[in-house]
Amino acid sequence: MEAFFFDIVLLLDSSIRLVGPLILAALAGLFAERSGVVDISLEGKMLGAAFAAAAAAAVTGSAWVGLGAGILTSIALALLHGFVSITHRGEQIVSGMAINIVVAGLAPVLANSWFHLNGQTPLLDESQRFTSITLPGVEVMSNVPVVGTLYVEVISGHNLLTYVAIALVPLSAWVLYKTRFGLRLRAVGENPSAVDTAGISVIWLRYQAMIVAGVLCGVAGTSLSTALGAGFIRDMSAGKGFLALAAMIFGRWMPVPTLLACLLFAFSDALQGRLQGVELPVVGVISVQFIMMLPYVVTVIALAGFVGHIRPPAASGKPFVRSR
Amino acid sequence: MNVALEARHLTKRFGDVVANSGVNMRVERGTVHGLVGENGAGKSTLMNMVFGLYQPDDGEILLDGKTVHFSGPQEAIDMGLGMVHQHFKLVEPFTVLENVILGIEDAPLLGDAVSKARTKLEALEKSYGLEVNMDTPVEDLSVGERQRVEILKALYREAQILILDEPTGVLTPQETESLFEIIAKLRDEGKTILLITHKLGEIMAITNNVSVMRGGKVVAERVTSETSADELAELMVGRAVTKEVGKTVVKASEAILVVDGLCANDDTMHKALKGVSFAVRSGEILGIAGVSGNGQSELVEVITGMRAATAGEVFFDGVLTASSDDFLKADALRALGLGHVAEDRLKFGMVSDMSAAENSILGHQKDARYHKHGLLNPRLITEHCDDLMQKYDVRPPLSQLPVGGFSGGNQQKLAIGREVENNPKLLIVGQPTRGVDIGAIAFIHDRLVALRNAGCAILLVSSELEELMALADRLIVMCDGVVSGEGLPAKLSEKDIGLMMAGHKTPEHSGNVGGRVS
Repeated sequence: MEAFFFDIVLLLDSSIRLVGPLILAALAGLFAERSGVVDISLEGKMLGAAFAAAAAAAVTGSAWVGLGAGILTSIALALLHGFVSITHRGEQIVSGMAINIVVAGLAPVLANSWFHLNGQTPLLDESQRFTSITLPGVEVMSNVPVVGTLYVEVISGHNLLTYVAIALVPLSAWVLYKTRFGLRLRAVGENPSAVDTAGISVIWLRYQAMIVAGVLCGVAGTSLSTALGAGFIRDMSAGKGFLALAAMIFGRWMPVPTLLACLLFAFSDALQGRLQGVELPVVGVISVQFIMMLPYVVTVIALAGFVGHIRPPAASGKPFVRSR
Repeated sequence: MNVALEARHLTKRFGDVVANSGVNMRVERGTVHGLVGENGAGKSTLMNMVFGLYQPDDGEILLDGKTVHFSGPQEAIDMGLGMVHQHFKLVEPFTVLENVILGIEDAPLLGDAVSKARTKLEALEKSYGLEVNMDTPVEDLSVGERQRVEILKALYREAQILILDEPTGVLTPQETESLFEIIAKLRDEGKTILLITHKLGEIMAITNNVSVMRGGKVVAERVTSETSADELAELMVGRAVTKEVGKTVVKASEAILVVDGLCANDDTMHKALKGVSFAVRSGEILGIAGVSGNGQSELVEVITGMRAATAGEVFFDGVLTASSDDFLKADALRALGLGHVAEDRLKFGMVSDMSAAENSILGHQKDARYHKHGLLNPRLITEHCDDLMQKYDVRPPLSQLPVGGFSGGNQQKLAIGREVENNPKLLIVGQPTRGVDIGAIAFIHDRLVALRNAGCAILLVSSELEELMALADRLIVMCDGVVSGEGLPAKLSEKDIGLMMAGHKTPEHSGNVGGRVS
């Protein structure tokens, strides 16, 4: 029983560790779609930011410079997506996909030409990364049964960016529902001509959403390469941008449900890590390939079976044209 | 005269099209000013310039005698203009209150702004009789209520001049009446109202002055009390308009279409039809009245083989064509003699990018008369189309022009021509004159009556009461997926029908004229 409890604790701990970049990217997608711009380039933005952050951290020796570089890179990509889909009313899926493909190819090429490490960036040492933080009170809590163990093992001991990511969930909800910006953002994603006739710039509002999405993806990417990992590796985002999109839809474009969806996906990801090579009752050892499918199977089931009737923002994916 | 708003020589071009050319108009303060004209006469363009949505190419706009330049709606709003657009500019999931404050929230945080707005809005609702629950999401409101929200939006922004663009198009007669009460109240409070409409009855009922537009120009200004609906109609069209339809007495015969207890769902799987029964006989026009969205579209789709029924039956010419088990598709029904002029002609009836000739045979493309050596023959198709265009007065008579390039009225004439020429036993017509100019309306009405006189049954779905009253031999009214009333047009007043459209039972005195054929 004790061993089982400890297994669960470890699973929860790695879920929290994995959920950081996921929820950041999902919130980025949420802000973009709430403004009416479909953004499937979350993946590319994260990957670009991961590369820029790792490269900058390796060159300057500062994780914070890395964070800055990651965010700026991601914002630049977000503005590119905005330029195509907002200013030129281009096809948003194509633009997003193009960004994903370009970044997937460009990042390793640049890494190779700058560092000559086969498309990777140099391994970052502790001082160049966001390392785990021990929360206050751990010593006292470690003596408390269950709750104390959960606090010490699950809540404490994550990197700064993970805490930032989780704190951004209530903050995003507050911005969306309690501020003028949030009201306008939600309005422009539902009916841009209502916003236009109210005298607010649809274009500028959507660009603001792009910038917010850029910042969030920037932090997500940075956390991949300088917090969870120690350097940039080719394709290190591994579909997390798309998983984040799925979580956003599962969470019905609302911050808190989106966090829960992210936790579900992160938990299944953690579970597949734990289950590899483990002998299970009845079925025995399942081959690794099937185990690794777990998070994606959960995603498909979640989207296909449990989402029910979903309603995306009404103007999502539609460029704004003032009608005659 | 105290002029609140004046347009001088306003001109606006879109590419080669001159939408407004040297438009002059003066609107007196504290009056209701009507602006009439056919579709495409330039009314909306003019109003969009006044409201800052378009910038004029030439000419000027004066408010209180001072020239103004608006680079966007915000500046127009700041100068005391408010506009209620034909298609409401509301955010559906938002509450009424949120919709009203959108764009003028005062502060970056909503908390205080909301409570302040609530007080101000309450006062406005009371003083103008614009009652609507502030915390209801707009998507749960009726069309009439949504319109009130739009008016409240404008008043909340302290509009002195209120522009109403085709405000009654989607309202029941009762809702229209209460809108007019509100307009009168606003005018008495000193507001200036500009009413854009193509319904002359409304102009005569509520306006003080009226400007008539035709072909991008204001062709006449009248004091309402010194003109008549007939004169205005003539000014709008540019020639005399006859309204009489020459119906002959046709001996009532057997029912060609019987609909019995029909139920069906809409696209979102909600019940749209909840047990509809009626019959149509050869040689009669059965009109279906009702506010759009009360099941009429779904009813037509089931009868024409485009939607499955969940219960009930449809018999056409003695054949069971639709039940909950199965239904005949459109092509099989067409072969049985069912013609259909769809209410949304560019969605169901025609392909906008294809030529008039190609459209003129759509649905009948397998017919041998368009083929030679087993292939479609362009010459035969063109000949057929030319013939159709001449008979149905389609202008311009260019068979190779894409259908999207024709005006709504000419598209409709082509669509009706195509169906009528195939000698249907029953013609189902949805909104035959929506987006159609007055001249074409008369032509279309004549054709429908001629078809009826020739013994064809016609099922006419329309949201224009006037049209139904003029054409229908018998009328049923739909509300919320059921037949809420029926009667003979001659024995029903608009008020009766309005009540039925709102879901009240058939008024006693109209009697039951037999929805079912015994």
